[in-house]
Amino acid sequence: MSTPVDRRTVLKGSLVLAFSLMGPHALGAAPRPGGLPRSLRAHPRLDAWLEISADGVVTLKTGKVELGQGVLTALGQICADELDVDFSRLTLVSGDTVRSPDEGTTAGSMSMPESGTAVRHAAAEARALLLEMAGQHLGVKASRLRVKDGLITAPGGRSVTYWSLMGGKSLNREATGTVSPKPPGERRYIGRPVPRVDLPAKVMGEPVFVQDFRSDTLVHGRVVRAPSPGASLVEVDTARVEGLPGVLKVVRDGDFLAVIATREWLAIKAAASLAETARWREQEALPVDVHAWLLEQPTQDTVIEDTPRPTDEASARTVEARYRRPYQMHGAIGPSCAVAEWDGDVLTVHSHSQSIFDTTEAIARMLRLPTDKVHGRHLQGSGCYGHNGADDAAADAALLAHALPGRAVRVQWSREDEHACEPYGSAMVMKVRAGVSDRGDVLDWDYELWSMPHGTRPGGNPGNLLAGRSRASPFRMPVPRNGGPPSYAADRNAIPLYAFPGRKVTTHFVPRMPLRVSSMRALGAYGNVFAIESFMDELAHAAGADPVDFRLRQLQDARARAVILKAAERFGWSPAPRPPGRGRGIGFARYKNLASYCAVCVEVSVDPKTRAVRVLRAVLAADAGEVVNPDGLVNQLEGGLIQSLSWSLKEAVRYDARRVLSRDWSTYPILTFSEVPPVDVALIDRPGEPFLGAGEAAQGPTAAALANAVFDATGVRVRDLPLTPERLAASGKQG
Amino acid sequence: MSFTLKVNGRAHTVDVPEDTPLLYVLRDELGLNGAKYGCGVGQCGACTVLSNGTSLRSCVVPAARLGGRELTTLEGLRAPDGAPHPLQKAFLAEQAGQCAYCIPGMLMAAAALLREKPRPSEAEIRTALDANLCRCGSHNRIVRAIQRAAAELAK
Repeated sequence: MSTPVDRRTVLKGSLVLAFSLMGPHALGAAPRPGGLPRSLRAHPRLDAWLEISADGVVTLKTGKVELGQGVLTALGQICADELDVDFSRLTLVSGDTVRSPDEGTTAGSMSMPESGTAVRHAAAEARALLLEMAGQHLGVKASRLRVKDGLITAPGGRSVTYWSLMGGKSLNREATGTVSPKPPGERRYIGRPVPRVDLPAKVMGEPVFVQDFRSDTLVHGRVVRAPSPGASLVEVDTARVEGLPGVLKVVRDGDFLAVIATREWLAIKAAASLAETARWREQEALPVDVHAWLLEQPTQDTVIEDTPRPTDEASARTVEARYRRPYQMHGAIGPSCAVAEWDGDVLTVHSHSQSIFDTTEAIARMLRLPTDKVHGRHLQGSGCYGHNGADDAAADAALLAHALPGRAVRVQWSREDEHACEPYGSAMVMKVRAGVSDRGDVLDWDYELWSMPHGTRPGGNPGNLLAGRSRASPFRMPVPRNGGPPSYAADRNAIPLYAFPGRKVTTHFVPRMPLRVSSMRALGAYGNVFAIESFMDELAHAAGADPVDFRLRQLQDARARAVILKAAERFGWSPAPRPPGRGRGIGFARYKNLASYCAVCVEVSVDPKTRAVRVLRAVLAADAGEVVNPDGLVNQLEGGLIQSLSWSLKEAVRYDARRVLSRDWSTYPILTFSEVPPVDVALIDRPGEPFLGAGEAAQGPTAAALANAVFDATGVRVRDLPLTPERLAASGKQG
Repeated sequence: MSFTLKVNGRAHTVDVPEDTPLLYVLRDELGLNGAKYGCGVGQCGACTVLSNGTSLRSCVVPAARLGGRELTTLEGLRAPDGAPHPLQKAFLAEQAGQCAYCIPGMLMAAAALLREKPRPSEAEIRTALDANLCRCGSHNRIVRAIQRAAAELAK
């Protein structure tokens, strides 16, 4: 075994150092083009990813976390295939700041591209290393050995296992980038619908969620929230509440107000009493018409695409339209929760954060503790779909635990806390203008968008945590920035994939945020794809063209064309007249212009009297590169489609000049069982191609397909989300 | 106040303030995980349990009022020998769930439905579950799982 190498040295590292490490165990193949996959480059030691114990347990460690998307199952499939062990032999450790490799945030449909690719290469390298060791042990060339579930057999039948070779030692070698993963034909698990590893415990009611965490020292904390954004606490009578039954402590630190009690119900009642005595200074500063407000703000302008048309013939016509999306919420079914315990030396924080590493660092800084004295552990929570209250709840619990040593303090946000205090998906305005040819095809495309931030995750900064901002000595919230290429944030998917000859795309970024906003599934792509694909439909209609043909004739990317054709075929897309009040629409995007391709067709009926939209059925076709778990992928894509239908039909955060008014499910309704249509998902598998990530691919295309179907059914073009009956009636009047 | 609750076939004496909703007695006093906190106002169904076989939102009903009832949580759905209930098997067979935080409530609402109507139509299932919210979009799989369980139970 080579000498252990300090990871940081390599991270800082020169190529020289990295290559010098290849020497002892380069295994013949050429280095992987582009070097190691990103996560493996950051954590090149194989024991950062894999442990093989003497008793035959294989532990796979990942920095990505389970959010209900099935990532742990898929990563296990990749590992089992490349390492040649049975899937059932695997134990997974994820999102533990002490044990897991730091892979940043579990977001952006990046878990399969990042962790999946890293695990594949780490496991392939570990297998090669074990074969080399077995070759020496058995006196046979490694290339003549066969492996089945960790049992390595030589010609003639002599054998040795991974576990005996390792003898409990660690895989303290660096990845070399010289081992090729298996060809697609040799895989056992990839491409198969392996059942989710986390579901049985959930279905049987075992304690798997952070909400279910119990310990002998468990106590319950509740935070009393400010009634409106920016409100400050003027006075509160803590003495009255300190005397209530079960109350252990009232904590006031600036605008942060909370109570800890022995039982959860007592904490809830004590918090309600505290809220009654608290007096807050509120502001009337919320822009009730946020779209008008957006257009009036000072903006940071960036031209992210500017390709003049090579020819200069005049366009036949110019067409323009403006689209809008409202504030929308993640709306987890289980409000955020965290448990923290301070033993006087180490603070342990259990959280369902998507960014456990960064959030743990932010908490350490908030409490002025050394980073290595705060241990973050991811435990599953309710699905989050982006940056919701998880990180703030972790900070709440940490602050309270730090104030009450020796107790595990569980903080459960209320439904109202989650609805009113989670960071929303930003409202946006999108304007598009196109010069078109005689035939109606786009010659010049000019697109502008206005948006507030889509990324205010903790990022190691306590100013991004509600508790950090509320303390008497507050941490200032850093000025948010927009994300740049290639993924972008507000302007994600703002650059069209179509082969328009002239194209200009401008981002008007508004860093201010009257209501807190951050990353919500697909970020700006939801609004941008809605606008682009709605406008394509308008142009197709103006050109007298079929919407599918119109897209195909301006699209060169073969994989994009394939998903559109696949969706149209499965849907039974046809020019035949639709019955009155019925319509069909299509929407398409390649998420981030670099991840999964996704096309959605929906059929709707619109009630002529009530203007209520009913989605009758939906078809989705996707190309996510190589498919690891087809059932998991179908589940996630269908879920994204249904969630986007809910956003696009019903959802907008309600508020007045002072307060958020959407404070429960009656004031922020979402799609229910009787409104959910049948969904047919078709996958185009590309074995051997990179994993593309698909968790957010359906959000934009679904919104556009819906609006286009409503237009097809009624002749009414709705450019403002959501497509409520009131909005249909109003748009109809405008003509 | 001290009173007796019958949960999953066993009597438990608990001592809690008389306004304590059943949810907190189940989770904090009896250590059961099946009923989940979702909204606290009876809107989402995550906390659904059975009371004498019909569904009950445990977050809004004080436990002290339920002394005479047979209460069943997700933990009580399985057979006495620990074998999963046909609904639990069907949810796994259909992989019905993503984050699955809502699933315990779905299972209990489905158990109440099948008790009342052993072979419900798809529309009846959707109506019966309309006030159980799912945010991941697993609705269609949940409906299929309930249909599968109904077919299994009818054998």
